[in-house]
Formats: sequence, structure tokens, C-alpha cells
Amino acid sequence: MTGVGIDWALDWVRRSAAVVAERREDLIDLDRLIGDGDHGENLHRGYSAVLGKLDAAEPATVGDVLKLVATTLMSTVGGAAGPLYGTAFLRGAKVADAAEIDAAGVAAVLAAGLEGVVARGKAEVGDKTMVDAWSPAAAAAQQVADRGGSAPEALRAAADAARAGAESTDPLVARKGRASYLGERAIGHRDPGAESSALLLEAAAAAAGS
Amino acid sequence: MAIALVLVSHSAQLAAGVVEVAGQMAPDVSITPAGGTEDGRVGTSYDLVEQAVSGALADGAEGVVILTDLGSATLTAESVLEVLDDDRVRLVEAPFVEAAVASAVSAQGGGDLDAVIRAARTAVASFAAPAGDDDGAPPAAADPAGAGARSRTLVLANSLGLHARPAAVVARKASEFDADVTINGVDAASVLALMALGLVGGAEVELSASGPQADAALEAIAADIEAGFGED
Repeated sequence: MTGVGIDWALDWVRRSAAVVAERREDLIDLDRLIGDGDHGENLHRGYSAVLGKLDAAEPATVGDVLKLVATTLMSTVGGAAGPLYGTAFLRGAKVADAAEIDAAGVAAVLAAGLEGVVARGKAEVGDKTMVDAWSPAAAAAQQVADRGGSAPEALRAAADAARAGAESTDPLVARKGRASYLGERAIGHRDPGAESSALLLEAAAAAAGS
Repeated sequence: MAIALVLVSHSAQLAAGVVEVAGQMAPDVSITPAGGTEDGRVGTSYDLVEQAVSGALADGAEGVVILTDLGSATLTAESVLEVLDDDRVRLVEAPFVEAAVASAVSAQGGGDLDAVIRAARTAVASFAAPAGDDDGAPPAAADPAGAGARSRTLVLANSLGLHARPAAVVARKASEFDADVTINGVDAASVLALMALGLVGGAEVELSASGPQADAALEAIAADIEAGFGED
């Protein structure tokens, strides 16, 4: 398999919903330390709503699935994560207007998603936000595409880079969001948005069997 | 058709309250609250904002100005804008209450999209640098009536003076005429500038106007002031 298609996108959603449900309490705990404690609950609510809409959906493209995720998360998540993830998936959907995407397509989706997160949140790498996971993930997928790798390989590289990126937020002082009010007290705690981003991108790689 | 407002807050009550305040000063403007989440929690809802905006456009609004209270309300509104992709819908980042009042009055006076946005944006300046100084020195005019201006000195007849409602009445009148009108040197078309003067009943006001309809504007506003705006 060199590309990933609609079935992959649907499986990504199901795996995302499952991992968000499974890790709900962990995300709540992370967010309670440096945020307002609602990230796990909000994402869980959002992905539960996406699951509820999945059976009735008749996607013709990968982008159709991503757009359903985008609009549902925007409607149901609340807090900053709704617009941030919503915009990421919405921008990703716009560049995935095909029944199947290759490694370059995966890289384009992640680059567009990163652009969306940055457009909404105005954060940069090192600000202790979702961007710290999305930015290396997009770059890693692009590298795989450049050397002629497959879509599952690009997703695996992105997931690994996002995981490392999330872990890299542990020692940082936050410069965006509520954690920025804590100053040095945020040091030693992982950013919940970077962690959930890593979980979602790991789900994407798992759905591609990589 | 006029410009409509959509007020996005984390709290349904806060959004509804600001709609109430702004609505009192701009009774004919469509002002829709989009506060809280759909299930009544604190937060903002993409769907509520989207429905408020689309509803206003469906009702014939020429444009929609969205105002937000805090962080994620702005993100939600930006997301709605991104999906709608419609030039008639704009988000202004400005102090929630002040911008709502200023833009509502501008819309009531027939302001177009740019004028209403400008009113919302200048709301912050009106409060950051109040026109009335403690030392009683005459404030600088934002847009002086200029040469050829006609002036009249009047006394505020109603006991509460130039509070919110009368300020809105004056601002609306001032924007109806092709004239630059000032009261005590501040732009009379700006409800916030008028309120910042803090003029109470019995205070003397210097009403000036210039431009093609200066006389008519002066006459109309002076009549309102002398009538005490229909108050005691």
C-alpha cells in the first residue's frame, strides 16, 4: 500500500475516538496541572460526537471525512481546542480532495493542519503548545515524501516526531494559552494539547498499519 | 438594509445582557447573542455563532459585525469566518461592552460595514483616553468642527444629563446630518466620547457644527437637549 484512502480516514477517526476515551483522565490530569482541566473531557465529548455522525456519513474523499471531524469538533469541543483542532482538520480537508492520498498528500494535510493551528493560536515552536507536536510531524512527513516513501511511512514518521515533540514540551515555560500565566511553574509538565496531538497522529499511523 | 451585530461571549447571560444594553441605544439594529455552549455551559459554540450570523444575513442584513469577549470566543468566531468565507461578515477585536454600544449606535445611524467596524475599534480609544479631564481643561476635539462652525451654548435640562440613552440619541442625530458636530469639543457622533464627558443635568454644553447641514444638525440636537431628552 503506497496511499491511504477513505477507509483509512474513517479508521483514524474511530481509533482517535478510542484513544481519547481511553486517555481522557490522563489528559484531564495534565490540563489540571497547567490549564483549566477540561481538555480530556472536551476532546472526549468532541470525538464521541464525531463517532455519532460517522455511520450516516457518505464520504467521497479523504477530505470529506476530515471536514466532518473539523466541523463536529468546532461545534462540540468548546474551549480553545475546538477551534484549533477544527481549523487544523478543516485546512487539512481542503488539500485532501481525493479518494486516496500518497505520502506527499499526507505531508500536505499535516502542513495545512499546522498552518491552521498557527493561524488560530498564533503560537510558534517552543511556546509549549500543539505546535510543538504538529510542526515536527509535518516536517517528518515531508521528508518521507521527498525520499519517495509511502503514505503509511509518512504517517509513522509524523507520529514519532509528534510524540518526541510532545515530550519536548515538558521542560518549557508556556508562552501561549492559560499555562502562560503560570510562568516557571509550568516547567516539568507536558502540554496537554501537544500530548493529544501526538495521540491523534499515532492513531493516524496505526490506522495505516504502520 | 443595515449592519447586524452578533455578540459572542463565554456566558449566555453576559451576551444577553450586553445585547440588552446595546439594544436600548439602537432599537432598530439586529443584535443577536451567541453566548455559552448549546447545552448551557460556560464556553462558546461554533453552531450558535454560525446560526446567529447566518440568521442575520438571511434576514437581509447588509453585513454582520461579530464581537467577542475572551480568548476562545475569538477563536470560535474566527473559525466561523473561515468556514463561511464571506466578506460581509467581519470580526472586530475590541472591548466587548464598549464596542457593542458604539457599533450598535453606528449601525442604528445607518453606518455601513466599515463605519460600524470603525466605531467598534475606536471604542477602546474613547476609554483609554477619556475626553473629560479632571482638571476641567477643554478636551481636544477628535474631529474639530473647524472653520465656519456655528455654535450654541446650552444647559442640559434633564437631571441625569448626557448618560447612555441621551448620548445615543445625540450620536444618532449627529450622524444623520451631513455635518461635523461636536459637543464640548468631542465628536458628537461617538456615543462613547459623549458618555466620557460625564456631563450631568445643569451642565453647560457647547454645541458646534460645520458642514452643509450644520444649521439643521444644530437645530435638531439643541431641541433634544432643551427638551431634556424627554426625561425629567
